[in-house]
Amino acid sequence: MRANEHLRLTYFPLHPMKSATFQYAKADSIPHACALLCEYGVDAKLLAGGQSLVPMMAMRLARPAWLINVNEIDELKTSARRSGADGEVWVTGAGVRQIDLERDEAVAAAVPLLRQGLSWVGHVQTKNRGTVGGSLVHADPSAELPLVAHTLGARCVLRRADVERSVEANAFFIAPMITATEPDECLTEVHWPIWRRERVGSAFDEVSIRHGDFAIVAACAQVELDHAGRCVRAALGIGGAASTPVALDAIARSLHGTALDPTTVDAALRSIGDHLDPASDVHATAEYRIHLARVLAARVIRQARADALSPPHRGPQ
Amino acid sequence: MNEPTSTVSMTVNGASVQREIATRLSLVDFLRETLRLTGTHVGCEHGICGACSVLLDGDPVRACLMFAVQADGHAITTVEGLAAPDGTMSVLQDSFCETHGLQCGYCTPGMLIAAHALLEQNARPSTGQIRDAISGNLCRCTGYQQIVDAIQLAAQRRGDAVSLAAQRGGDAVSIAAQRAGDATR
Ligand code: FES
Ligand code: FES
Repeated sequence: MRANEHLRLTYFPLHPMKSATFQYAKADSIPHACALLCEYGVDAKLLAGGQSLVPMMAMRLARPAWLINVNEIDELKTSARRSGADGEVWVTGAGVRQIDLERDEAVAAAVPLLRQGLSWVGHVQTKNRGTVGGSLVHADPSAELPLVAHTLGARCVLRRADVERSVEANAFFIAPMITATEPDECLTEVHWPIWRRERVGSAFDEVSIRHGDFAIVAACAQVELDHAGRCVRAALGIGGAASTPVALDAIARSLHGTALDPTTVDAALRSIGDHLDPASDVHATAEYRIHLARVLAARVIRQARADALSPPHRGPQ
Repeated sequence: MNEPTSTVSMTVNGASVQREIATRLSLVDFLRETLRLTGTHVGCEHGICGACSVLLDGDPVRACLMFAVQADGHAITTVEGLAAPDGTMSVLQDSFCETHGLQCGYCTPGMLIAAHALLEQNARPSTGQIRDAISGNLCRCTGYQQIVDAIQLAAQRRGDAVSLAAQRGGDAVSIAAQRAGDATR
């Protein structure tokens, strides 16, 4: 202790923006990370991109006793298409950097909402570090990736020691910064459903104070049209208007069979407030958030429809 | 309270360094306090302002949002690494001088790092791409326009860097060298 005293005095005067002390371990594989989590459990935090955790530690809002660095685990950085029991999915390792996901053309073709959502996330410096899994487990109710996950019904794969389970997004997000992940579990993969049809279109939009800030309200939609231009499948989600992102499944289903014309969409969205539970804060009142949700939802449905109709009929190949 | 420590080795501006440090030391404090590379600035210390931007294996990141232990085994480039070893400023740095791309200079190292990374990836960025690349860096002085101008000018000059460098002659270069020398001292 004495021997290290100089380090503390040199670097850490009574300053509010320095992290408290912690023990550190670098995990070199998923089993290694899981073993460390089993050992230190509630006292440990996994450190991925650190774009939310590190500022929280600097502000002393988080003071984990152990920090387990998972940035050097290659298995967490895979990104590939996979077909399984529930159809085709794009599987991203939890440690995939947001910038890599955003720039991946194959991902953009398979799950276009990912690139559309990521274009609203932070800045290049934060996306170079921020990971897919880190954003999901941080579970900010207004964050873009959790919204896309919830809207599309992505599945999150969690590993504890050698037991693996997968949780669908609607059961994964519980409250701000609270997910179904147990203290000794590690999020390893996210499975993003691929809509493998010709006439599929999607859109993401949000209102924030400045581009790159957290959204006041965000909305995204994905639709599939038949050859007559009628909607045969739809997904719609809203972020920033409840304690988790919200997938508006009932409203989306009510659009099936329609031409997604403005009158139908407006009618379907009239009761959108019943599905949301926004808070009022310094940025916006609850009423304004509901107003934004309705306006943005109509807009993304309109854009998704136009996207589905735009030649060539782009869609996941 | 016991202060946990770690040993880190990394490459900083091409030189390998190894130090024993407090585990909770942020990368920006490591660069500034331990290595005395004070070119990298530190503003908010929680990931808002971008003043602390450095290149991690070539990609711009916020050095206040990493612990130095995380950089173990990686390569860091700071603003000191942008100029030539003899202190001659890079085309980009010189363009900032030329267009008045800085006033107080607080944001400048971060802006340079962000702009450098952009130009390495995209030799002819559009204005929109330039604005996007520096959107994570706050400047309280310039109103940003001259910074955008600087990056545009640098992109142009880098296109035909050789002939321009010849035309510009010795004066600007020696002033630039002197400034760089002051900054690293
Ligand atoms: S000091 Fe790092 S972003 Fe402000
Ligand atoms: S020049 Fe002063 S903050 Fe940018």
